[in-house]
Amino acid sequence: MARVRFNDLKKHFGPVKAVDGVDLEIADGEFLVLLGPSGSGKTTLMRLCAGLEEPTAGSIFIDDQVVNDVAPRKRGIAMVFQSYALYPHMTVFKNIAFPLSVEGLPRQEIRDKVEWAAGLLGIAHLLERKPALISGGERQRVAIARALVRRPRVLLMDEPLSNLDAKVRHTARDELKKFQREIGVTTIYVTHDQVEAMGLGDRIAVMNEGKIRQIGSPDEIYQEPADTFVAGFVGLPPMNFLEEGGALTAFRPETFLPADLITDQERRIFNFRVERIEHLGSYLLVYGKVGDNLMIANLSLRHPVEEGTEVPFAVRLADIRYYDRASGRRIVK
Amino acid sequence: MRSGRPFHRDSLTAFALLVPVVVYLAAFIGFPFVMSFIYSISNATIGDPHFSITGLNNFREMFHDAAFRTSLANTFIFTFVSIALVIVLAHILAELLIRDFPGKWIARFLLMLPWTTPIALGTIGFLWFMDSVYSPFDWLLRKLGLLGSPGDLFGPMSNLYWLARPGLAMASVILVHVWRLLPLATVILIAGLNAIPREIVEAAQIDGAGYFRRLFHITLPLLFPVIGVTVLFSVFFTFTDMTVVWILTRGGPPPHATQVLASLAFLKSIQGGDLAQGAAISLFFFPVLAGIAAIVLRLVKKAVVV
Repeated sequence: MARVRFNDLKKHFGPVKAVDGVDLEIADGEFLVLLGPSGSGKTTLMRLCAGLEEPTAGSIFIDDQVVNDVAPRKRGIAMVFQSYALYPHMTVFKNIAFPLSVEGLPRQEIRDKVEWAAGLLGIAHLLERKPALISGGERQRVAIARALVRRPRVLLMDEPLSNLDAKVRHTARDELKKFQREIGVTTIYVTHDQVEAMGLGDRIAVMNEGKIRQIGSPDEIYQEPADTFVAGFVGLPPMNFLEEGGALTAFRPETFLPADLITDQERRIFNFRVERIEHLGSYLLVYGKVGDNLMIANLSLRHPVEEGTEVPFAVRLADIRYYDRASGRRIVK
Repeated sequence: MRSGRPFHRDSLTAFALLVPVVVYLAAFIGFPFVMSFIYSISNATIGDPHFSITGLNNFREMFHDAAFRTSLANTFIFTFVSIALVIVLAHILAELLIRDFPGKWIARFLLMLPWTTPIALGTIGFLWFMDSVYSPFDWLLRKLGLLGSPGDLFGPMSNLYWLARPGLAMASVILVHVWRLLPLATVILIAGLNAIPREIVEAAQIDGAGYFRRLFHITLPLLFPVIGVTVLFSVFFTFTDMTVVWILTRGGPPPHATQVLASLAFLKSIQGGDLAQGAAISLFFFPVLAGIAAIVLRLVKKAVVV
């Protein structure tokens, strides 16, 4: 197990600054999620850590060793690719055994370790099959088994769940977290899916345009977004923004409720012109305007709100965040 | 489909579209193939339009002919040495040409040039390069001090006589043939290498595999179907080719140092007038090539994994 540290790390592809000065420290055994839209540099950051890309500037530490010039295979890392990258001409057994046979371990030891990893992931019955003949979920497990079998110091995962269908993805996420806890390996996990990020990460680093915008626990990221990018990117539907002078007043849709539901005296009341209501089973989304600003309210219970009416809605002051309109930075009042 | 068009039935249209190719195949492949079968069991010659069926005599004679046995051995040497060289060189070139470097475009363009040249013209060029007196290769070796004086690496003679010494003549023929096949093989392998997902190679890199382990355990097995097809094409091209041999050496130096079956068949039937013998020699290819094709295609099918 190991700590990982990036020190003012940069990777430029010509004029494109894919990673643009990242400082980040990942604790031993931590599950860190890199969250960001596509093109935000999260995958490049992971590839730098793996040694598949050379940094333009800055350094990468694993424990206290600078690994900038260390070949991928000597870094003690393992990686699960988005496409799983299984070797199509090898059986599942040989796929999982490949990193071990490269090390030149004795045959019996390889067999024992492969069986351990396969047992852990519940794929022991698939060992003689080729990757083309197993399902997507099973392939993902094979890829994880291949990554874990060598007991890496750091495990890197690049959107490993994105090729699974929604139902499988849910259970796979749960299992992934269990394995990681069980083995306790330091993990860096790349995703653009905020639900995955929230559910899996001990901490989340939100990236955009090559920079880390905020690092924190899932709760911090959600409750205390550091800037308007994080506020807008995390949360579904996104945060409501209200332009007021040079500042933006922001609050989550689920804190924006009919005024009579908020008994707290520390509240702010808005005149909400309700335009459209979506019934989504267990909750409603109410679309409308305050002044000229589009707002969404997320109501978890049926409430007599009608389309085309103007209703007093309120937000507790504790749930309101303020941002500078020009810089997008949080203003703490 | 039932409108007033001239072909209002699909089957009729299909038939009309197929006719040209069927006629072509029948006239230019089927007919000569049948004729060579008939000739091979006859005593047909160029001089006499009459002939009679003589059974397997031609084949018996053929196997007793020293020229045939030499040509057969030469054909195998020519084919397998050329193809081994082509596959190894094409793989190296393909590995280099899929990388990014300045001038990649021009390098690829130059590589493809030999392929765009008519083979006969290219070979005539080499015929001049390998001229017994004026060869620029020899001139270069002399200038480098490797040839022409006692004690030089390639001997004291002023020229190497590329096409006049048996071993060197075969090497020259192989060299030119490799020059000719290399572009196509490289392009096929580039396509094959590009089809291997980059992530698979990277996964192997992270799993700890060095270059040679990646080559032998990942890249080559995944390339196997492509290499198989390349080998198959090259074997056919080489086994049935006589252009390079004929232009460079006419099968010589005498008696048959570079003679291959294709050139021997031409020599016997067209130049020597013995159509029956020529037909028998060319038919010898048929089961051999059919066998090779069957084996290679079977292996390729087994290796296809996705």
